[in-house]
Amino acid sequence: MAEITTHTAEQTEAIGAGIAVLLVAGDIVLLRGDLGAGKTTLVRGAARALGVEGPITSPTFTIANAYIGRIPVAHLDTWRLSDPDDEEIGLALEAIGEDGVAFVEWPDSIAAGLPEPRVSVDIEHGGGDSRLLRMTGRDPGTDRSLGELVDNLRA
Amino acid sequence: MTDPVLAIETSCDETAAAVVDGRRILSSIVASQAELHSVYGGVVPEVAARHHLTTVNAVVDEALREAGVSLSDIARIAVTRRPGLIGALLVGVATAKALAYATGKDLVMVDHLHGHIAAVWLEPLALDAPFVALTASGGHTRIDLVDDYAAPQLLGQTLDDAAGEAIDKGARLLGIPYPGGPGLEVLARDGDPTAFDFPVGLRGRGPSLDFSYAGVKTALLYVVRDLGEEDTTARRADLAASYQEAIVRPLADRLMRAAEIHGVPAVSIGGGVAANGRLRHLVEEGAASRGLRVAIPDRSLCTDNAAMIGAAAAFSPAIPWPRYVGEDAIATAPPGGIAA
Repeated sequence: MAEITTHTAEQTEAIGAGIAVLLVAGDIVLLRGDLGAGKTTLVRGAARALGVEGPITSPTFTIANAYIGRIPVAHLDTWRLSDPDDEEIGLALEAIGEDGVAFVEWPDSIAAGLPEPRVSVDIEHGGGDSRLLRMTGRDPGTDRSLGELVDNLRA
Repeated sequence: MTDPVLAIETSCDETAAAVVDGRRILSSIVASQAELHSVYGGVVPEVAARHHLTTVNAVVDEALREAGVSLSDIARIAVTRRPGLIGALLVGVATAKALAYATGKDLVMVDHLHGHIAAVWLEPLALDAPFVALTASGGHTRIDLVDDYAAPQLLGQTLDDAAGEAIDKGARLLGIPYPGGPGLEVLARDGDPTAFDFPVGLRGRGPSLDFSYAGVKTALLYVVRDLGEEDTTARRADLAASYQEAIVRPLADRLMRAAEIHGVPAVSIGGGVAANGRLRHLVEEGAASRGLRVAIPDRSLCTDNAAMIGAAAAFSPAIPWPRYVGEDAIATAPPGGIAA
């Protein structure tokens, strides 16, 4: 696990960009955190690093936003879903297939049906613009890379 | 009757069908699932798709009956193709394709946002280009320059949350049940919009016509947390009024700025947030002080409906029978734009 406190939205985006570098096609990233914690901000940084242009907006109403960067990028949000078996998420993941990566906000209602995430991120409000980010990798190699990522950003 | 279009819209909660003849609405039927979804506190896409499936035929029949036409009188069939919930869109697209194929008619596939912009083309507003259009809903917030109804040009859009989404999430923080928009507006009427100073998105960032609503949502979260339950309850009306103001005022301000920059004689609003009374008032006031014509549709044409899809169909290419058989619904909007 790696931890870092960010003090601006730009720093949270930089963490997202750093996570994006670790991803390969087929990977999933889970994001947990309260309303306004900065989940979409982190995904924005990741999507930019993956070559997506234009606004990266909240998928709360649309449930699933799809972007084409160097690889397909899906941004999903289960906030409005109450049925863990809902087909909408399945359809969106299917559309991404094995060629893209997916970021899932509020994943807990559907986590059981998802592949094991490459990275899980928990974000907590720290007052003002600061946020505490806790990141867990799927394997020791990913954890090590996450550790290097936060060390680089602190330096 | 000259050229009646049967239009179908199923992109989100509403199952809608309409018959539009030129600028005249002959019928507009909307079967809303809002009550159904309020049980769950939000839209359930799978429930939405199934509900569309069981409702769409009856809604189409009712639209034809109320318009006093039969399917054979219809010149073309139009349907919302994108963007929206994919399962929900598929029901409308499959229905429209089947009806058009079976009756040998051409099909027009319409972008939902093009529909919101084209709603003001219909009578009684019958607004002619050029104008600037604000479209604000749960999923979208944007301003377009409409020099030509066939090709609206994006001038600005939200960089994070949509205005309707910010309203909905704020309403949740204040304990207002889904859908939060109408409840927030009612509560705000008894409150002071200047009581709390919520950050207005992108304030002071020059002449941008973009929007940002992530910050105001977080600011409300902190205020509610700092006030505590008792004081939040006591000041709910002031909180609702101040929060609503921080969301709708930038919408009206940027729409006016867009009109000034592009020198157009008129402005319009559309989308579910355009049903908000405070926004309607601010836009009317701003337009009056600048001598602009303002086109504000009836609330039934702001929220999702099929008449607006029939209007946009007048400015979108018809796909001749039977070449649309392989065409599909698409969940996403094209980058930055509207797909004609």
